[in-house]
Amino acid sequence: MVDVTPADAIPPAEVGEVELYHPHSWWTKYVFSQDAKVIAVQYSATATAIGLVALVLSWLMRLQLGFPGTFDFITPEAYYQFITMHGMIMVIYLLTALFLGGFGNYLIPLMVGARDMVFPYVNMLSYWVYLLAVLVLVSSFFAPGGPTGAGWTLYPPQAIMSGTPGGQDWGIILMLSSLILFIVGFTMGGLNYVVTVLQGRTRGMTLMRLPLTVWGIFTATVMALLAFPALFVACVMMLLDRVLGTSFFMPAIVEMGAQLQHNGGSPILFQHLFWFFGHPEVYIVALPAFGIVSDLISTHARKNIFGYRMMVWAILAIGALSFVVWAHHMYVSGMNPYFGFFFATTTLIIAVPTAIKVYNWVLTLWRGDIHLTLPMLFALAFIVTFVNGGLTGLFLGNVVVDVPLSDTMFVVAHFHMVMGVAPILVIFGAIYHWYPKVTGRMLDETLGKFHFWVTFVGAYLIFFPMHYLGLMGVPRRYAELTDMTIMTESARHLNSFISIMAFTVGFAQMVFLFNLIWSIRHGRGAGGNPWRATTLEWQTPQTPPAHGNFGKELPIVYRWAYDYSVPGAKEDFIPQNVPGDFAPSREPA
Amino acid sequence: MSVILVFLLVIAGFAGWWLSHQRLTAKPWLEQGLAGDFVGFDRSALPTAKIGLGVFLAVVGCLFSLFTSAYFMRMGLPDWQPLPLPRLLWLNTGVLVLSSVALQCAVVAARKGQIDNVRLGLATAGFTTLAFLVGQLMAWRQLTGDGYLLASNPANSFFYLITGMHGLHIFGGLVGLGRTSIGAWNGARPERLRLSVELCAMYWHFLLFVWLCIFALLAGWAATFIDICQRLLT
Amino acid sequence: MAVVLVLVLIVVGSVLFHFLSPWWWTPIASNWDYIDHTIIISFWITGIVFAAVVLFMAYCVFRFRHREGNRATYEPENKRLESWLMIVTAFGVTALLVPGLFVWSRFVTVPSDATEIEVVAQQWQWSFRLPGKDGKLGTSDTRDVTADNPLGVAPKDPNGQDDVLVEAADLHLPVGKPVKVLLRSIDVLHDFYIPEFRAKMDMIPGSVTYFWFTPIRTGTFQVLCAELCGQGHPLMHGVVVVDTEQDYLAWLGQQQTFAQLSAPPQSGSANQPPGKIIASSLGVAANSKLSRSAQ
Repeated sequence: MVDVTPADAIPPAEVGEVELYHPHSWWTKYVFSQDAKVIAVQYSATATAIGLVALVLSWLMRLQLGFPGTFDFITPEAYYQFITMHGMIMVIYLLTALFLGGFGNYLIPLMVGARDMVFPYVNMLSYWVYLLAVLVLVSSFFAPGGPTGAGWTLYPPQAIMSGTPGGQDWGIILMLSSLILFIVGFTMGGLNYVVTVLQGRTRGMTLMRLPLTVWGIFTATVMALLAFPALFVACVMMLLDRVLGTSFFMPAIVEMGAQLQHNGGSPILFQHLFWFFGHPEVYIVALPAFGIVSDLISTHARKNIFGYRMMVWAILAIGALSFVVWAHHMYVSGMNPYFGFFFATTTLIIAVPTAIKVYNWVLTLWRGDIHLTLPMLFALAFIVTFVNGGLTGLFLGNVVVDVPLSDTMFVVAHFHMVMGVAPILVIFGAIYHWYPKVTGRMLDETLGKFHFWVTFVGAYLIFFPMHYLGLMGVPRRYAELTDMTIMTESARHLNSFISIMAFTVGFAQMVFLFNLIWSIRHGRGAGGNPWRATTLEWQTPQTPPAHGNFGKELPIVYRWAYDYSVPGAKEDFIPQNVPGDFAPSREPA
Repeated sequence: MSVILVFLLVIAGFAGWWLSHQRLTAKPWLEQGLAGDFVGFDRSALPTAKIGLGVFLAVVGCLFSLFTSAYFMRMGLPDWQPLPLPRLLWLNTGVLVLSSVALQCAVVAARKGQIDNVRLGLATAGFTTLAFLVGQLMAWRQLTGDGYLLASNPANSFFYLITGMHGLHIFGGLVGLGRTSIGAWNGARPERLRLSVELCAMYWHFLLFVWLCIFALLAGWAATFIDICQRLLT
Repeated sequence: MAVVLVLVLIVVGSVLFHFLSPWWWTPIASNWDYIDHTIIISFWITGIVFAAVVLFMAYCVFRFRHREGNRATYEPENKRLESWLMIVTAFGVTALLVPGLFVWSRFVTVPSDATEIEVVAQQWQWSFRLPGKDGKLGTSDTRDVTADNPLGVAPKDPNGQDDVLVEAADLHLPVGKPVKVLLRSIDVLHDFYIPEFRAKMDMIPGSVTYFWFTPIRTGTFQVLCAELCGQGHPLMHGVVVVDTEQDYLAWLGQQQTFAQLSAPPQSGSANQPPGKIIASSLGVAANSKLSRSAQ
């Protein structure tokens, strides 16, 4: 028990002020802005726009899978281009950019009590390089030969050979260049997020007082900074193989009866590099979602997050462990089979801290005061889909079970559930939660309910049955499921059903977009703290927060982020910047 | 992949050491107010820019460790023929050491407030760095002239790739050095100048270290060293 | 309250779907029923966890939903509960992992009496090579691939002369005999996958990978490629026929060896198996399909 006296309210003069960049014109205020909040909106808008392209691509491939042979324009070539671009856009250009570039930029400075990111100019540069990466990616749709169709894993040798769409055209070159640009841009942003958390925290904001959102984004960014170089190395080397004829990944190959110039390269080397990035990438997307959902549940259940310390440790443990599990994506890749013992063990160990997080979310609900607001509904839906997808991950991580299931629809269903649907549900919940802070208005509740039910139930109906197609042995990445003996008539109907659900869920997102745009003007006024939350971003003098976030004086933090329903306190929440002790005894009963 | 794992272990060591000073076992719900016993845990006393550069250098280190990992994995395959390193690389190494030393002198001068010596140090560093880059290009020309082309053998490909990447990073550093020099000649505030000179020096020392590692790798000593270690262990 | 109902329905619906839906794995045709057992164990453990977590959540939402005057309990942590949950989880994970690792060690240990056969993949067809009378496969190299030697068997290797080549046609295997399948590709990554055999493995150009299995029942099984290998990937089918010993020997007798195939063509050779296209590296089926889609 710490001794608390009124003298704790130390005058803010001791807080070091950062030099703020002040914009002088409309251009520097809204376009080439160095304000993290504007950059966040720019990141989010760009990610959403490119995400819509990926959504349309998923419709196109569901058209082909659900109703094979009906749509002549979807050739196998086109189908592979669709799946490749869909996967790459969703994983990197949407999820990574939105969680770190969007939510990271908006929430980190506000939540830690900083005026802005520590390197605002570099932060601005980060967005523009990201935009350039997106434009290069989009340009590949218009390049001769179209975008690459190598699958989002871009496995060589096929990624740069003529049997793959875009392999000997511009597609793969543009894709690799775009990824390199993305990594450069991300590194600039990532430095900001990390150093702001390290150095930008306001007085009193110790690490253990950070909201879990910041912990999640912070850890994910550290991981991304260390993991993306692996993708960078792989991309540069593949680009050299493709353009200058080196043989990093290219062995001796006979293509269409002709010997190619390459010799001796190792395709497995690429896979190791790719998954050394690729597995941490899963958690780069998941950890911010973990953090955000913890805050959503705590705020809307009016209860402190259960086991805060355990949650922090679990985030750190998952972050560290995720660097030693990459080869569980390669159990049937032909690598040394004895690696399987090691990687299966590490992979299943990582399930323990992850399970702890799930328990703590559910235990936060226990004896809470649950307000079934939209963010809470999305958080509940996240838990369901995440638990489902996480548990099927135990199948795939267990090396021998992976043998029949890898490269089947089971894998597709698993990773869509766990790193597609689940994080995106968190994104929706987070948007419903923070939109009032960004715009000053609430999103429409009725449209929101419609959006929630269609998205949650629809997505579950898409991906839950899909596991069973995989169990039957239906392989993934098949443009046509014709002439296949295992494909029964009923399985075909199931595929059509999944497609129809996919169109429905996609349609609901249009409603959501409408809501986003409509509510900017017509939404109900929100006030500064509509959810009665404790964290600093809700305590700003203006809503939306002005340039510099916190008026004249930075807030001082006196307590952790989860003082909800403190016994003895009048309100059921105490903001972090309110001094004094309201509880005579705070030891749990 | 062992090189990168060792590198990450080092990073994890740093992170663990730092976290162990952050009282991660504290029970935050029991601690209200700004009581003296945890005021000191707010932020580091180092300048923010230095921490930023430190994080960036960790990323750069990660990048080169990955190249090294890839190098070792590819090296094990049968078509590997190491290429003879041009003698010129020794000279280049010396030049790069010189530029690091010059920057260190500039740092010392900046701390003492001797602006002339700062300028001298910066100029020397700039010229020696340019000389290093030109020397690297000449080494490339010499190799291609001798028939060691980029695509003719994986050892060659790796040589050009890794030295090229290192050169690019040096080149990027020149931009920062240029900005610092402009400040030094146009009368930037002394504390500001000191910080940017220190940042340049930090970056140069790190890239020198990376270069020495790369040199050892490309010359084959790294492989020999690991071989000896493995034999000692078994 | 709708959300409570939906949460319960999701659990009940998922469980019912699992037991009642017609979509389940194909009847097994190899010795890898161990893998199926491991999957069943995984289904039980994960299913129980899923139902427990979601139902508990539904109960919490029902019981502790907001009503006027309600106030949440203040409970920062509960060490005992958390430790217990961690122990139970670790136990469950171990129960999943240990049987899995046992089966995996079986999977990677090839029995000494297994016959080696070789599968060679290329865009987009399967070919096979069986050891001849000497019981040994000759060495091979992608660099040796020519129009007359599409599998790249080393022409000088005496062990390779009597190897039986099955180019772009069906493979037959005797029932009940363990086989070690050596996997090779001459262009890109492929994956030799027969759903009924459960086992699969990638083939990597430049190296030889393997897995083993014992066919336990006769029948005709479709080979699928399970690693994206370019636009012909979905059409890269093949056929493996598991025969009785007698039928197998009869089939084997009709096949040609490497020496026979690479000998200069003799007029009137009657026993050329039909449907062989050696010069073209495209499968027949793939070829026609692709030209359709290119229109």
